[in-house]
Amino acid sequence: MSSTPRTLLDKIWDAHVVCTPSGELPILYIDRHLVHEVTSAQAFEGLRLAGRRVRRPEKTFATPDHNIPTTDRRLPIADPISKQQIDTLRNNCREFGVRLFDLGDADQGIVHVIGPELGITQPGMTIVCGDSHTATHGAMGALAFGIGTSEVEHVLATQTLRQAKPKSLELRVEGELHAGVTAKDLVLYLIGRLSTEGGTGHVIEYTGPCIRRLGMEERMTVCNMSIEAGARAGMIAPDQVTFDYLRGRDYAPRDFDRAVAEWERFPGDPGAVFDRVEIFQGGDVVPQVTWGTNPAQVVGIDATVPDPTAFRDPNERDSGSRALDYMGLAGGTKIVDIPLDRVFIGSCTNSRIEDLRAAANVVRGYRVAPTVHAMVVPGSGRVKRQAEQEGLDRVFRDAGFEWREAGCSMCLGMNPDTLEPGQRCASTSNRNFEGRQGKGGRTHLVSPAMAAAAAVTGHFTDIRHWLYR
Amino acid sequence: MQPFVSHTGIVSPLDRANVDTDQIIPKQFLKRIERTGFGQFLFFDWRFLADGTLNPEFELNRPVVNGASVLLARRNFGCGSSREHAPWALADYGFKVVIAPTFADIFFNNCFQNGMLPIRLAEEDVDELFRRARTAEASGQPYRLRVDLPACVVTDDAGFSRSFSVDPFRKRCLLEGLDDIGLSLQHVDKIAAWEADHAVPAGA
Ligand code: SF4
Repeated sequence: MSSTPRTLLDKIWDAHVVCTPSGELPILYIDRHLVHEVTSAQAFEGLRLAGRRVRRPEKTFATPDHNIPTTDRRLPIADPISKQQIDTLRNNCREFGVRLFDLGDADQGIVHVIGPELGITQPGMTIVCGDSHTATHGAMGALAFGIGTSEVEHVLATQTLRQAKPKSLELRVEGELHAGVTAKDLVLYLIGRLSTEGGTGHVIEYTGPCIRRLGMEERMTVCNMSIEAGARAGMIAPDQVTFDYLRGRDYAPRDFDRAVAEWERFPGDPGAVFDRVEIFQGGDVVPQVTWGTNPAQVVGIDATVPDPTAFRDPNERDSGSRALDYMGLAGGTKIVDIPLDRVFIGSCTNSRIEDLRAAANVVRGYRVAPTVHAMVVPGSGRVKRQAEQEGLDRVFRDAGFEWREAGCSMCLGMNPDTLEPGQRCASTSNRNFEGRQGKGGRTHLVSPAMAAAAAVTGHFTDIRHWLYR
Repeated sequence: MQPFVSHTGIVSPLDRANVDTDQIIPKQFLKRIERTGFGQFLFFDWRFLADGTLNPEFELNRPVVNGASVLLARRNFGCGSSREHAPWALADYGFKVVIAPTFADIFFNNCFQNGMLPIRLAEEDVDELFRRARTAEASGQPYRLRVDLPACVVTDDAGFSRSFSVDPFRKRCLLEGLDDIGLSLQHVDKIAAWEADHAVPAGA
C-alpha cells in the first residue's frame, strides 16, 4: 500500500480517531488517563451529578502528588483543606473503581514520574492528564498532553476527547551536548529560542542525533518542558532506548517482543512533512539559568542578566522589566554573582534517579553553604528507595540537604514547602512564574547539577569547571 | 451550560503579556473541590496588598472598570498550568469574554467549556482597543464592547468593528449551551466499535 509518508504524530493521531461527526471536532480515543487530586474532584462530581460512570476504569490511574506533605508520612495531614482534597480523590477512586497509588503506597509519586516508571505509559499511546506537564510521557513516543477539568470529566465518561488535530513542529538538534551540559539545559535553551508561545498550537517532535543520544530520563526532561514553549505535547520517536527502558516494568506488555514489533512502526516515515521545522546545534548549548519570571527568560551561566530596555519587542521589553523588578535583579549583573537562599532539587522535570545521581556527584564531599537551605524531593517512592540503596540520601544529608518523601513539593508550593517573600531559589523545576514557589519567592530554573553546585557555593557556579570529589 | 449568544459589557484592560494561570488563580486556592466561588481569588497576588486590602495600582481595581465583563489582554494569555480554576475564577468574577492577540492552548479550550468566549484579534486591533479604552477612561467613562457570536463580530459605539473566527463546533456548543459529554455519548456505539477493534492494543 503506497501512501503519503506520515510523522509520528500523524500515525498516533490516525490510529486513535474514533470518528469525526459532521460539523464537529474529531473524537479521539484515549489509551491512558492519569489523575491527580487537584484537577479531578470537580470532574468526578460532574459524573456523579449526571449519573455517569467511568467508562474504562482500567485505563485510568490516580495518585495524590501536588498537595501532599513531603515530611513524615505517618503523621496526619495538618492542613484540613489539603486533607479533604486527598480524601476526595481516595473516595472517588473507590467509588468509580480507579486504581489509586495512594499516600503510603510504595509506588506513589509525581504522576509524570510514576507513569513511565511503572510502564503504564507506552509508545504509540494517547495519554492525557489534568496537568500541563503530561507532555513528559511523550518521551516514550506517545502523544501525551494536558487537559482541563471539564475535559477530564469528558475522558472519564467517554474515554475520548474532542480535539482538533494540532500542527506539527520538528525541533531537530544536531551534534551533541558538551560535558556538563544536560537535557535540562538543552530544553531551557530551546524554550529561550522559541519563546513561551513559539510552540502554541503545535506538537513538538524532537529529532536529530543529539536527541537520539539522550537516555530515557533525559528525554522525559526535554518533553516535560514542551508546554513552557507553548506546545501542548512534545514527543520523541521510540527506539531501542525506549524499549530497553520499558522491558520488565510492572505494567509493560507481557508479550513484550510482539509489542516492540508494533511500536517499531510508529517512528515517522522518511520524507514525512512537518508543518514547521527548526534546527539547533547541541554544541551551542551551555549550562542555563533563568533570570526572569517565565522560562524563556534564560541565559547561559557565563552571561549577564540582560537589560530589557534594549529588547526590540515592546511586549518583551515590558515583561522583562517587570520580571527584573520582581526578581530584584539589575541588568548587567553576572549570573555567577547571584547569591541564593534556597535550593530545590525535585519536580516532574528533574526528580528521577539519574537527576539525583547527577546532583549527588556534585555534592559528594562538600557542605551546603551556610547561607543556603537546600532540599531534595525524590519524584516517587521508587526513586527514593533506589537512591537510598545507592547511598545518595547519605551524600545529601551529610552535605546538609533535607531528604524528603516523594511529591510535587516546592515546584508549586501547594503543600507547606514554600519560599518566603524575597527568598531566591535555584530550582530544578519547570516554572519560574511570579509566586510559583511561594508569594514573593524568586525562582531560577537550572539543571540538577547546577542546583547542587549552587547549594555548595551559595551562588550560581559554572558546573563545567566543578572539582568533583 | 448557559448559552452564549451576544454580550455587551465594560472592558477591563490588563496591559501585560504572558499572563500565566498561576497569576490568574494562585495555587493556594486550588485546594477547593467545588467549581464555584473562585472569583474572590482572581489575580489574588496582584489584586490584594499584603494586608488584604485592594491594591489601588492594579488595573482591575480601578473604579472605572467596576462591573467589567470583557477582559482585554495581551499576547499568550493563560499560559502555564492547565488549571481550569483560571476560567472558573474569571467567569465567577463576571467575565464573559476575553480578548487577546494569542492565547495558550489549554486555557483557550477551557474557556469554551465554561461558556466564556476567548476572542483572538490581530495585535494592531488589540492595540487599538487598548487606546480606545484608555481614551474613554481618561474622560471618566468606562469603555464598552459588544460581541455578537452568530455574526462573529466585535463592535463599539464609535465605529470599531472587527470580525473574529471561532471553530464551528465550539460556536454551536456556546450558542446552544450544549454539553460536550452528552454530544460525545451520542457516538458511544462508535467508541465501543473502536474498542472492539483494538481489544488487544499495541502493548496489552
Ligand atoms: S512537579 Fe510541579 S510541574 Fe510537575 S506535576 Fe507536580 S506541580 Fe506540576
